[in-house]
Amino acid sequence: MIFSTNPWVWIAAILTLCIFSFLYKENAFYRFAEHLFVGVSAGYGVAIYWNNAIVPNLYVPVFHQHNYWFIIPGLIGMMFFFRFSAKTGWLILIPLAVLLGTGSGVYLAPTFQADVLKQMQSAIADATNLELGGWGLVWGLVAFVGVLTTLSYFFFSREQKGALKISANIGIWFIMIGFGASFGNTVMARVSLLIGRVQFLLTDWIHIIK
Amino acid sequence: MRLKIYALLLAMAAALPCLAAPPGPAASEAPMAAVTVAPPSGIKAADTPNDAGNAITVRWQASPDEARKMIEGYEVLRAETPDGEFIKVGYVPYGFTSFDDQDVPANGKEYFYRVKAVGRESQALSLASVSARSAEQWFNTMRINALVSCLLFTLIVVIFISRAKSGQSLFIRRIAGLAAVEEAVGRATEMGRPILYVPGLSSISDVATIAALNILGQVAKKTAEYDTPLLVPNRDPVVFTVAQEIVKEAYNEIGRPDAYNHDSVFYLTDSQMGFASGVDGIMAREKPATNFFMGMFWAESLILAETGAETGAIQIAGTDAIHQLPFFITACDYTLIGEELYAASAYLSREPMLLGTLKGQDWSKAVIVLLLIAGLAVSLINPGIREIILQMLKVG
Repeated sequence: MIFSTNPWVWIAAILTLCIFSFLYKENAFYRFAEHLFVGVSAGYGVAIYWNNAIVPNLYVPVFHQHNYWFIIPGLIGMMFFFRFSAKTGWLILIPLAVLLGTGSGVYLAPTFQADVLKQMQSAIADATNLELGGWGLVWGLVAFVGVLTTLSYFFFSREQKGALKISANIGIWFIMIGFGASFGNTVMARVSLLIGRVQFLLTDWIHIIK
Repeated sequence: MRLKIYALLLAMAAALPCLAAPPGPAASEAPMAAVTVAPPSGIKAADTPNDAGNAITVRWQASPDEARKMIEGYEVLRAETPDGEFIKVGYVPYGFTSFDDQDVPANGKEYFYRVKAVGRESQALSLASVSARSAEQWFNTMRINALVSCLLFTLIVVIFISRAKSGQSLFIRRIAGLAAVEEAVGRATEMGRPILYVPGLSSISDVATIAALNILGQVAKKTAEYDTPLLVPNRDPVVFTVAQEIVKEAYNEIGRPDAYNHDSVFYLTDSQMGFASGVDGIMAREKPATNFFMGMFWAESLILAETGAETGAIQIAGTDAIHQLPFFITACDYTLIGEELYAASAYLSREPMLLGTLKGQDWSKAVIVLLLIAGLAVSLINPGIREIILQMLKVG
């Protein structure tokens, strides 16, 4: 077993083991790594915000491209700093209102397009495509029933009784089958993350894997 | 007899060119005739519709040699005058007969295009197109369906909000999981332990975050009432600011501003996994009696929920993140699935605005179900109408 001579690899490996020690129980090593991680990432986050948000969206347009319209959203954003003053703290409601208002406006139409219209189109297209024939058409109809019954599960204006209860119960089955498939798929992705970390320890640190 | 067969085989081998002696210099230097290809024809250029400008769509008729598989692709060239210098602006492989030039330097200025058929051995340039100008459109006609849907939805919501504000009683069915909120707060009070509330990891513009903050207000009112410690770690600085205001307001509303602890709502870090490790540490050390995970979550969902389950806390989760819901369902005691999260804030607060919105959403869903059933029936009866329906629902 040949250990790495790179001190950065050692630091990364030791911190990885410190975090892994949480699997046993919360301890001083984990606490050290956790606080280091939180502190470093918070500081790193500030640098990222500066470089990815402030510089390309405010500094470059205003000072390099001389597009002075960008000063207005810049000033609105800076109004968040009013929260540090007890007297003028209420002024942060202005940037918040702008943020929520523009956010809702920007997302509403695309949400309708992607989550409503496109889904409706796919549901009708798959369930009525006679060219698919046989099982293709059957699966299209199954998906269509899934859409209707799932929607009925999320109907809150009536008690789930009678036909609505039957429909909602079928809907929850569709939902759970979907979640089961998603669960398996995501677990595989997470296992690959673990493999990546173990590979780092075995390859870069102790050189067992060449 | 066998010798005769061998002799015959040798004679045949000698006759085959590949087995014969290599050709002399004279044979190898003989020029091969280059196979020329025909250019594409009918070059048309026009402004790309329904866009923000600076784009021209070029169309052409394929070279007749494409059918003979002699064409590899087409180069699209642009110039400012028909006789000017044409520069390459794009390339499409064979089979395509159009190209969107998305990098037109100026709107309203004339540009000319030529298309070059690129063969294996030769190239052929088309005649120049007629001029085309790019322009920006104020309205995307492909999104009329979205506009109509938004207007219809808004109308339904406004009607129900006005009905709720006029004092009309609007029924909402009981949502399993929300009934547990009171019990969860009571349990924390009895055990003398805090309540942990994570309002998701997304930004304030996420609907799930807004729903989570609405529920936080209701939970904070209960913690103020019972004098139970509340911990609200945040990942987003803006969400942190809003969460702090909401909790403070909740304590004021209950008449316990003195009980409000300014440090109960705090910022951890912007890093996803840094935040997860921080919350894990808090759960392991503070041992909250109840954990709320409401809002938008990503890969950290199972890390948080699993650690919370190990500490023995009652866990109530709610998210519209489809890929994280299975993890919350398996590791939490109660899970609000998708729209239940949005409904929860209306259910808990009974505020007319939220109730009206929820009712509006419900009846919009009913309209969607009716349209789907009608669409299916009509499409099966008449395939012609099916195409019209699918076209109407097409997303532009």
